[in-house]
Amino acid sequence: MKALVWHKPSDIRCEEVPDPKIEHPRDAIIRVTTCAICGSDLHLYNGYMPGMVNGDVVGHEFMGEVMEVGPEAKGALKVGDRIVVPFTIFCGECEQCRRGNFSVCETTNRNREVAAKAFGRTTAGLFGYTHLTGGYQGGQAEYVRVPFADKTHIKVPKSGLTDEQVLFLGDIFPTGWQAAVQCDIEPTDTVAIWGAGPVGQMAIRSAVLLGAKQVVAIDRVPERLDMARAGGAVTINFEEESVIERLDDLTSGKGPEKCIDCVGLEAHITSHVDSMYDRVKQAVMAESDRPHVLREMIYVCRPAGTISVPGVYGGLVDKIPFGASMNKGLTWRMGQTHVNRWTDDLLRRIEEGQIDPSFVITHTQPLERGPEMYQTFRDKQDGCIKVVLKP
Amino acid sequence: MRYETERTGRRGHPDSTTDALARGLGVFSIALGLVEVVAARSLTRALGMQGNETLVRLYGLREIAKGVGILASNDPMPWMWGRVAGDALDLATLATGLEGDNPKRDNVMLALASVAGVTALDIYCAQTLSRESPTPLPPMRDYSDRSGLPRPPKAMRGAARDFEAPRDFRTPEALRPWTSSRPDGAGREQPA
Repeated sequence: MKALVWHKPSDIRCEEVPDPKIEHPRDAIIRVTTCAICGSDLHLYNGYMPGMVNGDVVGHEFMGEVMEVGPEAKGALKVGDRIVVPFTIFCGECEQCRRGNFSVCETTNRNREVAAKAFGRTTAGLFGYTHLTGGYQGGQAEYVRVPFADKTHIKVPKSGLTDEQVLFLGDIFPTGWQAAVQCDIEPTDTVAIWGAGPVGQMAIRSAVLLGAKQVVAIDRVPERLDMARAGGAVTINFEEESVIERLDDLTSGKGPEKCIDCVGLEAHITSHVDSMYDRVKQAVMAESDRPHVLREMIYVCRPAGTISVPGVYGGLVDKIPFGASMNKGLTWRMGQTHVNRWTDDLLRRIEEGQIDPSFVITHTQPLERGPEMYQTFRDKQDGCIKVVLKP
Repeated sequence: MRYETERTGRRGHPDSTTDALARGLGVFSIALGLVEVVAARSLTRALGMQGNETLVRLYGLREIAKGVGILASNDPMPWMWGRVAGDALDLATLATGLEGDNPKRDNVMLALASVAGVTALDIYCAQTLSRESPTPLPPMRDYSDRSGLPRPPKAMRGAARDFEAPRDFRTPEALRPWTSSRPDGAGREQPA
């Protein structure tokens, strides 16, 4: 079968790889009908996440048709079912899963010992996202083996929804939604969102639907700010104006009650001193992530406010003003998304027409053009915000 | 005329700032060239480099030609690199004025510093122009209709208020405001 294969940073190729097989009674094999490139895939592409191995198949946003079902998954799935696959693999039985904390499932990471060494405790297995999270083959491929498939799926009802409308239930929609839910939005809240990429766009719509008084989006790419405005956000182009001054203007000098980081470890390098400091430290391997957004959020957030972090961080950050955070009494919420905790509710909202997540798609291409689309997406060329691939 | 690239914030707009700088340097080039042609003898005397009048006049003609090239062309980039090459020649020629016991050595030093300053400006201008696109980029994509919502965002505000956040996702009770801001008035009362 064809799949997008990671070889080294900036080197992803579309190649022939062996077809997946059922390896465990709870597995299923699906034929991928639609997949997407996620912003967090760019961390792999740019070589910022440790634990990738030459030959890994990438991709964790995908959906398709069930082709084969292991004996222990037959009660939940049957051949021909149309499913979206959540990027977090979960067992549904461990203590964390029983609490709904699917992204920290204690069972599904088959490299638990390695993860525990890196993070202290293991987190869930993820598709196509390093050997720290299990080394599972990803979904930018024609076929995928879905482990723990009896739980790790979202069944698409026969209601005429297109792939494009439901695909993002597997990651970016629930990720933006959880980011907003973590803020426990009040009708008087201003919610400031750093990063107007795909997750940022979903977080904007989620904050609007959840009733925020004002949503502010911060980015530098004109097309992304354009799309953010379409979703109801006030926008700040941080290359043209001061984020802090503008947020002060928008909140009578008090700062936003809720701040969401949809940027993560690869914050754009600006002329700010701390931003250049991060780049230098990263270059000499003294820091893995660039946390400019975290610093800015801590500084600008209203005291007793909430900081929500759906943006991916990989390792060590430096010069975090934790004293300011502590003294301001900020609440921090973060983590990979507990996808299936939200998907029943979000699928209903899509079916009812409350939102159509396909608005974010700007490029649709065959799988073979995946490698060049990685570059287009990374370099934000051609107005690229979200790439969908068709195997 | 050059245009800012896809990587710049304004992408695809004519870069009027660098363009204006290039044209300013073009005017300067013509003015300097005229001085070199008309007052070559005074210049060489002031620099203690008598005997080089013809060379200075030739340099003057070169300056005038480049200035005209910058001002008359649609794309000043190659002419600006020509100015950088000319600056190198000027610096090398002036450096010969430091040899021996030239009594006007201080003037030569001053001239070298001035030319070095202009060279820096020329290099900056030429490099910026080189990075930019000679043709306008395609117009920015219009995503102003990509709301994903069935009605304008204002009308959709709070449409998902039926969503009940799970207990572990709610703000800790101790951090909730004493007076609830919820429209239904639910929440804790102000303490007496």
